[in-house]
Amino acid sequence: MVTLKELTVEELFTSGHRLCAGCGAGIIARMTLKALRRPTIIVNATGCLEVASTIYPYTSWRTPWVHVAFENAAAVASGIEAAIKALKKRGAWNKEVDIIAFAGDGGTFDIGIQALSGALERGHDFLYICYDNEAYMNTGIQRSGATPHGAATTTSPAGTKIPGKPEFKKDFIGICAAHGIEYAATASPAYWNDYIRKVQRGLAVEGPAVIHVFSPCPLGMRHDSDKSIEIARLAVQTRYWPVYEVENGKYKLNIKVPRPKPIEEFLKLQGRFRHLFKPQFQHEIKRIQEWVDENWKRITELCGEA
Amino acid sequence: MSRVIGLTGDEAAAYAAKQSNVDVVAAYPITPQTIIVETFSEYVFNGEVHAEFICVESEHSAMSACIGASLAGARVFTATASQGLALMHEMLYIASGLRCPIVMAVANRALSAPINIHGDHSDMMGSRDSGWIQIYAENAQEAYDWIIQAFRIAEDHDVLLPVTVNLDGFILSHSLEGVEVQDDEEVSRFVSTRKPLFRVDPDRPITVGALCLTDYYFEVKRQQVEAFDKAFQVIEKVNKEYYELTGREYGTVDVYGVEDSEAAILCLGSTAGTAKAVAKNLRSKGRKVGVIKPWVYRPFPSEDLLEAVKGLKALAVLDRACSFGAPYGALCSDIASILYRNGSDLKIFNGIYGLGGRDITPSDIKVIFDEALEVARTGTVKEPIKFVGVRE
Ligand SMILES: Cc1ncc(C[n+]2csc(CCOP(=O)(O)OP(=O)(O)O)c2C)c(N)n1
Repeated sequence: MVTLKELTVEELFTSGHRLCAGCGAGIIARMTLKALRRPTIIVNATGCLEVASTIYPYTSWRTPWVHVAFENAAAVASGIEAAIKALKKRGAWNKEVDIIAFAGDGGTFDIGIQALSGALERGHDFLYICYDNEAYMNTGIQRSGATPHGAATTTSPAGTKIPGKPEFKKDFIGICAAHGIEYAATASPAYWNDYIRKVQRGLAVEGPAVIHVFSPCPLGMRHDSDKSIEIARLAVQTRYWPVYEVENGKYKLNIKVPRPKPIEEFLKLQGRFRHLFKPQFQHEIKRIQEWVDENWKRITELCGEA
Repeated sequence: MSRVIGLTGDEAAAYAAKQSNVDVVAAYPITPQTIIVETFSEYVFNGEVHAEFICVESEHSAMSACIGASLAGARVFTATASQGLALMHEMLYIASGLRCPIVMAVANRALSAPINIHGDHSDMMGSRDSGWIQIYAENAQEAYDWIIQAFRIAEDHDVLLPVTVNLDGFILSHSLEGVEVQDDEEVSRFVSTRKPLFRVDPDRPITVGALCLTDYYFEVKRQQVEAFDKAFQVIEKVNKEYYELTGREYGTVDVYGVEDSEAAILCLGSTAGTAKAVAKNLRSKGRKVGVIKPWVYRPFPSEDLLEAVKGLKALAVLDRACSFGAPYGALCSDIASILYRNGSDLKIFNGIYGLGGRDITPSDIKVIFDEALEVARTGTVKEPIKFVGVRE
């Protein structure tokens, strides 16, 4: 594990961006750029991170940074990677670089899954990081395929009949791992040195690697901005967000949670779940707890821990 | 040195790209363009080119990857048609907005529904305003010649705009022609390698694709307009150099027999070939008709077109696409605009033809010439829009 002292003091993701106080995406971007091993080109899908960090004529990025659209970060990264290969062949590119694509859960689970699948299948050498704030936050908190069951968003509101999103979250890492890529992992910004190790590991892979990192969002999850890291930690400690990695198909649990906290501890800090605490919807909390338990069982079995 | 070889329009397009020192091709198959990707794949898999071929999972990703590659400084080529171009639509505007000088062959095909694989221009006309330079070829030779020239035009630092070279689906894409091709070495010298004005280079980090709101967006678009204006000079320069190399002469507008004519047909692409043959025949019988073919559709060569129509009394403008609910087809609307702007009283009418690959025959063309001559004689247009060859 890296220690604080080993991290560079250089800030490649600078202050002055317009992300909200307590935004997970900003924390994740900053940590990611502290884990780089060499010059790196960043591709950023449309979303909060992109919009808030590059309001022309300003930019927070001291690395080459490209935004093309919402659904295609992986395809754009493919093009950059192929270009560098071709340019090297004719002597027009002479340095080693890494490529990282950042996208939100909407840009990843939903609209961008095809482009991502194609890029993983073709085996381009890049690291894809999905910062998952569990909804389309940039456009005002709409549901995505990553929004958890019961969460209220503007397109899955806490109705009197339907209390938030009826569906459950996709198994995103399972989908990535099914492509047979060398490295895929989940992470939480509360466990920063685990995350940094994973970024370093993902960059070292020759070929595609994926990191799926929980990203607290004060505005969209409706929590206090000083609670972001606490929520990111509770996500892990309640077993809501298992932290594991899949290396060449082999699952490994990175953070053991022998005495999990009840899911309420995670839910109650977030306004998006507030309606579930009303008496008529309390059974939904039980359903979420059951999903967490089942998911944990499934993952830990895959990890050979159960 | 040049030699003549047998190539279909699609093969000619792939061959031109092969000779043009392309670095990256990202493409997805669709009839009638598929031969281009297939032919280029062969070059790659046989080690004949240094290019990286990204066999993407969709046209949307094809253009996305092209944009990424172009921003990294690569020379980029791709090809598509119809639904593929439509699927790329979002990316077309981004390619031009980010000033990526990508060259794309479009083997024009009708748009669904109903689904149809044959040629018309509704695909490219649907993306007419996407900020791409648009060139239409009459035959495989022109497709070959324009693709080579397109790299020079697109990548010129005064232009930096993507270019499409359009070739009619099947009529050109799949027809075998004798094509005069230059030596690899000659083409390579002519196109050289891309010298990007900027690129995503870790030594000089830049941010590309930032959020541009009310305070800057309009200026960015204004610069694109300016690049289109500047493109005329660059096209002229490139055409001249290409003529010196090959003896084949190009410009923004191709004219046939209009100098002494009273009536003419104006159209894009392969139909001009048929029209020229019919005009030749009619002229031999003393009837004064000619043909005008814009090679370059965007930027619209207003001046050269006004010059070409100067002595005419009647003009039939043929559109191979529908602009539903519009006063004319797209090409005819443009012509009407420049004539009006110039205070011209030239009589025009619009022929919508060939949708979904419906043949336009020499006898169809002759009927149009007859009608145009009639308009020239009487000075009145009876039918402003005709649907040529449709069952009413
Ligand atoms: C093709 C397309 N559809 C819709 C949008 C509108 N849009 C922009 S960002 C966004 C949501 C982004 O959500 P996510 O990927 O989760 O990132 P976040 O904003 O939460 O960081 C949407 C729907 C778009 N830009 N492009």
